[in-house]
Order: sequence, then structure tokens, then C-alpha cells
Amino acid sequence: MADLTTDFLGIKSPNPFWLASAPPTDKEYNVRRAFEAGWGGVVWKTLGSEGPPVVNVNGPRYGAIYGADRRLLGLNNIELITDRPLEVNLEEIARVKADYPDRAMIVSIMVPCEEQAWKDILPRVTETGADGIELNFGCPHGMSERGMGSAVGQVPEYIEMVTRWCKQYYDKPVIVKLTPNITDIRKPAAAAKRGGADAVSLINTINSITSVNLDTMSPEPSIDGKGSHGGYCGPAVKPIAMSMVSEIARHEETRGMPISGIGGITTWRDAAEFISLGCGNVQVCTAAMTYGFKVVQEMISGLSQWMDEKGYTSVEEVVGRAVPNVTDWQYLNLNYVAKAKISQDDCIKCGRCYAACEDTSHQAIAMSEDRTFTVIDEECVACNLCVDVCPVENCITMEPMKPGEVDPRTGKVVQKEYANWTTHPNNPGAVAAE
Amino acid sequence: MSDRQNSQMTPGIAAARLPADTIAENFADLHAPYAPHEAAVAADRCYFCHDAPCVTACPTGIDIPLFIRQISTGTPEAAAKTIFDSNILGGMCARVCPTEDLCEQACVRELAEGKPVEIGRLQRHATDALMAKQSHPYERAPSTGKCVAVVGAGPAGLACAHRLAMHGHDVNIYDAADKPGGLNEFGIAAYKTTDSFAAREVDWLLGIGGIDIKYGQRLGENLSLDSLAEAYDAVFLGLGLGGVNALRADGEDKDGVRDAVDFIADLRQSSDLTTLPVGRDVVVIGGGMTAVDAAVQSKLLGAQNVTIAYRRGRDAMSASRYEQDLAASKGVHLMFNVQPVAVHGNGAVREIELEYTTDDGSGLKGTGETVRLRADQVFKAIGQSLETDAELALNGRKIAVTGAGRTSRDGVWAGGDCASGGDDLTVTAVAEGRDAAEDIHAALSA
Repeated sequence: MADLTTDFLGIKSPNPFWLASAPPTDKEYNVRRAFEAGWGGVVWKTLGSEGPPVVNVNGPRYGAIYGADRRLLGLNNIELITDRPLEVNLEEIARVKADYPDRAMIVSIMVPCEEQAWKDILPRVTETGADGIELNFGCPHGMSERGMGSAVGQVPEYIEMVTRWCKQYYDKPVIVKLTPNITDIRKPAAAAKRGGADAVSLINTINSITSVNLDTMSPEPSIDGKGSHGGYCGPAVKPIAMSMVSEIARHEETRGMPISGIGGITTWRDAAEFISLGCGNVQVCTAAMTYGFKVVQEMISGLSQWMDEKGYTSVEEVVGRAVPNVTDWQYLNLNYVAKAKISQDDCIKCGRCYAACEDTSHQAIAMSEDRTFTVIDEECVACNLCVDVCPVENCITMEPMKPGEVDPRTGKVVQKEYANWTTHPNNPGAVAAE
Repeated sequence: MSDRQNSQMTPGIAAARLPADTIAENFADLHAPYAPHEAAVAADRCYFCHDAPCVTACPTGIDIPLFIRQISTGTPEAAAKTIFDSNILGGMCARVCPTEDLCEQACVRELAEGKPVEIGRLQRHATDALMAKQSHPYERAPSTGKCVAVVGAGPAGLACAHRLAMHGHDVNIYDAADKPGGLNEFGIAAYKTTDSFAAREVDWLLGIGGIDIKYGQRLGENLSLDSLAEAYDAVFLGLGLGGVNALRADGEDKDGVRDAVDFIADLRQSSDLTTLPVGRDVVVIGGGMTAVDAAVQSKLLGAQNVTIAYRRGRDAMSASRYEQDLAASKGVHLMFNVQPVAVHGNGAVREIELEYTTDDGSGLKGTGETVRLRADQVFKAIGQSLETDAELALNGRKIAVTGAGRTSRDGVWAGGDCASGGDDLTVTAVAEGRDAAEDIHAALSA
């Protein structure tokens, strides 16, 4: 069985699966249960400054969207940072860390953008023996209106400034958690790096309204007839998170910076994909909130099996393997030509490919009297929509054409050489090929 | 129950073989209605196929993918409207259609994984929702001043009458029985249509208005086609098959030998099934749905041994494999390749003698070898026949029709079991009644 031990910023954990800073990590009781279930580490739910803690709403805190059979696909929340006294949290963190020395214990922090506030809390965190801190610059609701959370994460200068304070007053690793509620994720990541951050973690939740109650006309979750945008997470946000992770992994200013991947990770496969895009480990929340802490056992066994099958002996070997293959559109090979192919043995004759192609694409699928569906190569641009809507996995495939063959759609011979938009004659800004 | 004298072992034909609560349980809904979440999960399995094979397979052409999508988005009433637009008896068809041979057989998920979308149960979910909520979802067009006679208040006649009424014609239905519904009311297993659904559905259907039903009117007895043709602008015959084919076996007239359709009708009209007698050893002769319905219900009433004896092999049986398996699961013994040659007994049947059959391609033949089964009750379910031809041209043993139910006589249409073409199914009768109505409407509007 593959060794899943990870070393992230010098912090060792038996596997790369950490629980993200969120309701599951708000209390000693929960975190002990998580460690017993097998989680490699936790990021303790965000601590605020000393003094009266924040208060939460007393109505619903979560909203959800569902797929088939009420499978939870997306969750949003309007819960704030911990609403328990700072002292209680610190004592619990110290106790749990002492009892589970092999697990990663990271403390999430969100205090006002004033140096003194950070100077006050960081020594207290140090005393707990925790392995590092994560700066919550991400929460999009409630705290942001008070100048914290995503209000900081949306201003790169603030990120850099606060990160610098933390590196000044705290000796262990500093992870900066980024908000996705921003146009270009590379800017805050670069700011964190300039401030001296050891790593970034992303994504935090996305501004969202999950649904509107059409009887009361209130957004959900509804508090006494009113709703507020909450932070969206769960399987639905994974593609957004992975794109942002990849941007940081390949941006020249941030390339090589350790990343803790977050965003809809539900299975071992999700985790492997994040890791391949440059994450040294991953953080999970919604999957645990949906299914309980036991889900980590599938993640551990699945990742191990896949690594064994692929011959990887450590997580480190997988980190960033897909990053070189993430590129800009303009560098995609325009000489690559594929055609859809329908396996008649696998086809169940639902005709969804036909409807999709005929109504919304290129009229490249023919339907016979006896419901045999075939691709018309003369029309097929290989858009992949038929593959995406086909209910049978691998029934429709995209088959690359070989160099030298003639593409019946364009009448042109498929070229072996790579050629992209930058040199394409239709590009007014094209440069001559070297 | 202390006052129950009989058991499954009681010889002869006797009532109350089982405790009342057992009988009630036995005759409960064969397929319980979906709970809302079950319906949502079942609906989600539909792929919303293009030009869906299930629609093609439905004799009434219900837009199945659309109605299932309407269920999945929480609007079962809109789904029901989609169903009723094509099939006004969609509620009954949801219960009695051999979906395993029709829409569900064609479902691409049947091909893909052997588990079709449960279209019939979804249809029931939708139609139940609307029927529970609304009095009647259709309005009549302005009156045309035309009046049409419909003979038979079964599925064909009701579907025809409803569509005609929608178009603004007045309709008088004549039925031989004392209540409407035809085979829906008298001829289908009770566990498929519980809680007087057939009667409730007719009441609901008549909510369209403009339809008047006259009972005790039997064509060829107290009703003539000539007088109807004279008095009305058009006539539709949906009179079904009132006659029952004979066994042509010695001793067929002995006590205890009766038509399966009569037994089923008695059962359906019984207000207390503990009073309905049934044999200890029951043999049903036949291979169709009526045979299965009679056999299964005999078993559910408490018959000790029930056998369906069919003269051909399993594959030739017109009852679907699903129905065969249902019968087997209730403890009915299925015998194939046997035909009745004699009914034995002194006054009442004691045994039935069956001859093994073979078919070498030149037609079914007896082998000469026989077997005797103990029987105190024998049900004949070897098909029904037309009781009157009303002097119309026949095609085989049914009223010949062309196009949308046009008979050999101008101004007279026919549909359902009495007319040629199509399977003898409720859903086919509905389609034929509906289509004839459209043709009548076109003729009257010309």
C-alpha cells in the first residue's frame, strides 16, 4: 500500500486529508472524533480576538442544492467564525494536539487588520503547540462587512501586510487562505508570497444564494423571512477551485509555492486531481458534513490503490504532475483533429446525443429509422457535447485523426506538426513561425 | 375469527377460507403508490430520450418523457394533464397496462440495464395527484348541436364520449350493465384497481359534462343499430366481447364449471370478499390476462390449489411473463401444453382430465396421453367473442374497421375489443375510442 504520509511545510501528517476550518473543527469533541476516524490533520475553526465572541444567527445556517435522490451537490453557509470564547478554543487545541502528536493541527485566525490584534493573538496560538496557522482572508459573509475575511482577501496590499505581521510574530508556518470572490486569483496569491507566506490554501467559499422560497419570496437559508448571501462549497465548486489552484501553480510569481487544495473534494479522485494540479495536500469540509468523518477511509484506500496501480510511492511524486499540461487557449494545438465515434454495442438508443447535436450544435449525428445513431464526420467539429450528454460512459469517444488523413469536414490533410493560434494566419497579431 | 367455519382445506366451493384481515391484505394495492420522494427518484432515472421509444410503444402515444420531467420538477398536476391529453383513462391505464410489454419494454434503460423507468407507477403518481386535486381539467367547446350515440361504457366508449364532449357534441352512452366502466369495472383483478377506482374515474371523467349514460341497454336485444343510426348524428360501438368461448370438453356443463369473467365480475362487485365462495382445488383453463386474474384471485381468496392449464407453451401465453411470474409468486401452478378433454364428477366437477399437446409445426395436436387434476371449481378463460354483429361486415370474428374505426356502415364507428385490429387492451381501446371521436368530429364538422 502506497505511503500517504505527507510533509507539508515541514508539518507531517499520516495522510494528505485535512479537515478544513469550518463547523466540523470547532470543538475538541468533533476533532477527536475526526482523528479517531483517520483524518491526517485539521485546521481548527477560525478564532477571533479575545473578548466577547461573535454571535451566530439562531435560524438556519445552511442552504443546499441537490442532484438526483437528494444527493447534496452544493452547500452554502452563513455561519461566522467560532462563537466560543478564545480561551476555551486554545485550551482544547493544546489538549488535542498533545494527544495526537502525529496529526497536523493548524489554527485558523481572523482578527482585525491592525498589527496589535495579530501581535496579541499569535503568542497565545504558539502556546498551544499547534503546527501552524491559517489566515482566514476568505469568508464572504458577516465578517467581511466588519473589514475582515474576504474584505482583506480582496485587497492584495492588506494580505501582504497582515502576512508580514504574522511571519514577524509567529515562528511556525503561515498559510494564507484565499477567497475566490475576486477576478484574478493570482494577485492575492502573489501578495501572500511577497508577505512571506509559507503556503496558500484555496478556495474559501463563493458568494451564493442557493435558492429562493417561491412562497415567501425569501432567499434560503431564510432567517425570519430574509436571506443573505452565504459561502458556497461542496462538489459543485470543485471545477472553479481547480482552475484557481492551477493558475497559482503555473503563475511565474507564485509557481512552486506550496498549496493546500480546498473546494468540493469528496472522493480520493477529487483529491488526486487537486494534488496533480500542484497541491501538497487537501482540505475537506462538505463531504464530512454530508457523510460524517468516516468518508476519509474511502479517500485513504482509494488514493492508495490508485497510487499503487500507477507505481507512485509517495504523494509528493504526484504533486503538480498535471501542471505542465495546463496552458492558455492560444497555445492549444490547432492541428489536432478528433471525431466523435459512437460504439453501437454500447449505445442504448436514447438519442440524447442526436437532440443535443441537432438542436444545439453542428447537426453531425444521423439518426436512422431503427434509431441507429452515427456521427457524420463531414460535420463533426469534435465539440464533445455528445460525449458529455451520453448516459453511457465511454459509449461515445473522441478519436484523434492521424496525420496524413483528410478531415472530411475541412477537406484538409491533418498535419503532424503542432501549430497554435499565435501563428495562425487568421490571427491579426500572428507572428511568423520560427 | 371465531365464526369462521372454513379453511383452505374445506372441500368444495366455500367462502371465508381465510381470515378477513388476510383477505383484505391479499387484495390490497398490487403496487402501492409512490411517496413523493420515491417518485422524484424514479422520475430522475428518465433520460428524456429524443423521439422516445416509450412514446412509440404506447398505443395512446402519451408524451412520457415530458410528463416524467414534469413530475421531477414538482408539478405532477401538469404531468397528469400531459397524460390525459392523450389518454383520458390514464389513471386506469397506469394500473392495468402491461407496461412490461409496452412503454417499459421499450425504455432504453431496459435495454441498458434490464431495469426500465417505472413509467406505469409514475403515471399513477401524476394522475392520482391531479384527480385528488381538481374536479375536472377540461372544458367543453361551445355546443355543436350534434348528438352522438356511444354503445358501451367501457374504456373505448368512455374515451370516445369524452373526446366528443370536449369538442362540443352531446353524447348518449348505452350500456348493458347497471353501472359504467366495462371491463375496468367488471373485468380486471381487484388488486390492480382498489378503492373503487374504476367507478371514481368514470365519475371524474363525466365531469366534462354533456355525457348521459343509459343502463340496461343491450345491442341486439332492447337496442338496435338502425334506431340509433336514425336518431343520432353518428354512432360509436364500443361494446366489447360479451360472449365466452366454450371448452368443447365432455362434462363442461357440470356444476362448478363457470366463466372466469363472471367470477371476476362477482369478485369486483362483492362488498365483502369473505362471503365470496371459491373452490379448494381450482383449475383455470386459458393463457391470457383473464386466466391469470381468475387464478391469482382464487388463490388470494384462499383456494388451496390453483392451476392454470394452458394448451400451448409458455412463450405463446398472451399473459406477459410479468403476469406469469406474479401468478407463480402467489402460489399458482402453471401447466403448459395441456388441453381439457373431459370434466368428471357426479353432478358437480370432481376432476378435470387434460391431454398433453404437441405442435410439430402443422398445428396443435393432442398426444393421447392424459392427466387428471382434482378440481372442485373450473374457470373457463379461453377468450371472449362478439355477441352481435349488428349486421356489420366482420373481419374474422370482430367488427371490421378501417381508418379511425370506420365500419362498413356510414355514420357508424367501432373501437375497443369488439373491433378488428389492435390488442385487446384497455389502452388500445382508449386510443381507438379517442381516434374514432376525432374522426367523427371531423365528419360532423365537414
